[in-house]
Amino acid sequence: MFYREAGEFRTTYKEDSQTFPIRFDRWRYYFVLFVAICVIPFMVNDYWVNSIFLPFLIYAIAAIGLNILVGYCGQVSLGTGGFMAVGAYACYKLMTAFPDVSMFIHVILAGVITAGVGMLFGLPSLRIKGFYLAVATLAAQFFLVWLFNRVPWFYNYSASGQINAPERDTFGILITGPNTEAWATYVFCLIFTVVSAIIARNLTRGSVGRKWMAIRDMDIAAEIIGVNPLTAKLSAFAISSFFVGISGALFFSVYLGAVEVGEAFGINKSFLVLFMIIIGGLGSIFGSFAGAAFLVLLPVALKVVGVDWLGWPTDIVAHLQLVIVGALIIVFLIAEPHGIAQLWRVTKEKLRLWPFPH
Amino acid sequence: MLDQADGYTTADGRKIGPVVMEMKNITLRFGGVEAIKDISFDIREGEIRAIIGPNGAGKSSMLNVISGFYVPQEGQVFYQGQPRPPMKPFQVARQGIARTFQNIALFEGMTVLDNVMTGRLTHMQTGLFWQSMWKGKAEEEETANREVAEKIIDFLEIQAIRKTPVARLPYGLKKRVELARALAAEPSLLLLDEPMAGMNVEEKEDMSRFILDVNDEFGTTIALIEHDMGVVMDLSDRVVVMDYGKKIGDGTPDEVRNNQDVIDAYLGVAHD
Ligand SMILES: Nc1ncnc2c1ncn2[C@@H]1O[C@H](COP(=O)(O)OP(=O)(O)OP(=O)(O)O)[C@@H](O)[C@H]1O
Ligand SMILES: [Mg+2]
Repeated sequence: MFYREAGEFRTTYKEDSQTFPIRFDRWRYYFVLFVAICVIPFMVNDYWVNSIFLPFLIYAIAAIGLNILVGYCGQVSLGTGGFMAVGAYACYKLMTAFPDVSMFIHVILAGVITAGVGMLFGLPSLRIKGFYLAVATLAAQFFLVWLFNRVPWFYNYSASGQINAPERDTFGILITGPNTEAWATYVFCLIFTVVSAIIARNLTRGSVGRKWMAIRDMDIAAEIIGVNPLTAKLSAFAISSFFVGISGALFFSVYLGAVEVGEAFGINKSFLVLFMIIIGGLGSIFGSFAGAAFLVLLPVALKVVGVDWLGWPTDIVAHLQLVIVGALIIVFLIAEPHGIAQLWRVTKEKLRLWPFPH
Repeated sequence: MLDQADGYTTADGRKIGPVVMEMKNITLRFGGVEAIKDISFDIREGEIRAIIGPNGAGKSSMLNVISGFYVPQEGQVFYQGQPRPPMKPFQVARQGIARTFQNIALFEGMTVLDNVMTGRLTHMQTGLFWQSMWKGKAEEEETANREVAEKIIDFLEIQAIRKTPVARLPYGLKKRVELARALAAEPSLLLLDEPMAGMNVEEKEDMSRFILDVNDEFGTTIALIEHDMGVVMDLSDRVVVMDYGKKIGDGTPDEVRNNQDVIDAYLGVAHD
């Protein structure tokens, strides 16, 4: 009923290429943003921040990054964990080398460094595609984890081989370390997530986004319209790794605080983020959020329902989670490759025409 | 008449300019197979140049040489009077040469509008930083190029399917969208590989009209491959005939029609 296109006329091409061309969508977007910025920070406690909001915000950034590479540019990657590790270790080295610099700068620089590393590991994509590229990125994943384990310089020669986030602030507000406030870490990550989403949206709706999609859909035809595959693919690797690096830096410094690389950034992480974009929707920024929310909330919801309410043993619930995720991946890959985002779009199309579907 | 360096005037009064593209002694081999054997021909500014020949004659290969997919083993391509060094397809595109494929090569995951907009990519130069900001440079560029794309969409009468994903379109419309994408680049030379293959009579008529209109209104030089002899005779100013990789005829439709080699090799077969 509210959801109407009728009566909304777009008279310029500018209006037509808005992110939310329908007024109702725009209001909902502003509403969500308003709640996220003006309501949640005053309500959150440590439990909510650590079990839901931080992982959701941070994984959303990683999912956006991977989605640019896989969903928009069509280059499969299983190296997300490794690139998150690059972001984490870059952030750690910067935090310890320049203790007085703002955390904002550290996280952004960690993203920039990861972008460079991502481009390097993206070079094979110029020669190989699909399955073989996936294997090459898998090799990058294992190599990077091995590197951060084996070269003591990366963990500042600490005895444990772990990295620990020292106390750092931005504008005098503590962001990392054990004495942070829940709202501060939440707001810090929220800023990165919102800005990442806006940047990703801007890039994907314009000319570079079309270059990526052209390469994804048919690389020969992309060349014939003047797309240089080298720059198109490498820019996708760079931008994607930039976001993944930022998410890795936040994951380590703000969320976990201490990291053992194989545990935090192993191959499991690569698959987790890949599952997020498959379930959420390939080639959709909204889908990246939906997938991250789903896979962050699922274990929490299962625990509350299964363990706390129904009294099931924890290991059964853990297995149940694996079964559900596995089944969903198969269902989505076969039935709806564009994930939750597409289901959402279809629902909206129906709503748009409701109650007169013809 | 054809020898005049600065062109000629056709029977219907269109001015044909000097040579823009010249293929000199092109030979192309795939291992042992000679797909093109020592072929020379030229394309003049503003003309509709047809390449015909039986299946496997090497027509598509010739177009692929022009657009940079294949590098000939022998011979030289001249573009706008200059010898052209070996180039990648995307470099050729940036020189103002656009094309369509025999088997449609659209971006199936995008809408019609986005496909046409990809044709504008060679005209869009805004850097990544400005694009990530959107407001300002990137948005202005998008709007300016969108206007050109919409003009092409109107011209080819595909307004109604603008926002439709290409994968959902029937074959004939896909061919038209592919032409729209090529035209969006505002090319100076347009290469069409069997633009009417697989179409019904009505669709063929539409497509012929579009090709003539493109040539007429935008002054675009067109080189096209086509099997339908009726269409070729109607559309083209000059025709190159290929058979087994060799050139067996070159001239106006009438000259070619009366060439005995061509009749034997091609028309003869076709009329069997
Ligand atoms: N990439 C390739 N590798 C090997 N041989 C090729 C290749 N491309 C074309 N050929 C061969 O070159 C010859 C000419 O092919 P081409 O596609 O140019 O013919 P065509 O005139 O376009 O035919 P059609 O009317 O069927 O499209 C054929 O014998 C074909 O098998
Ligand atoms: Mg062919």
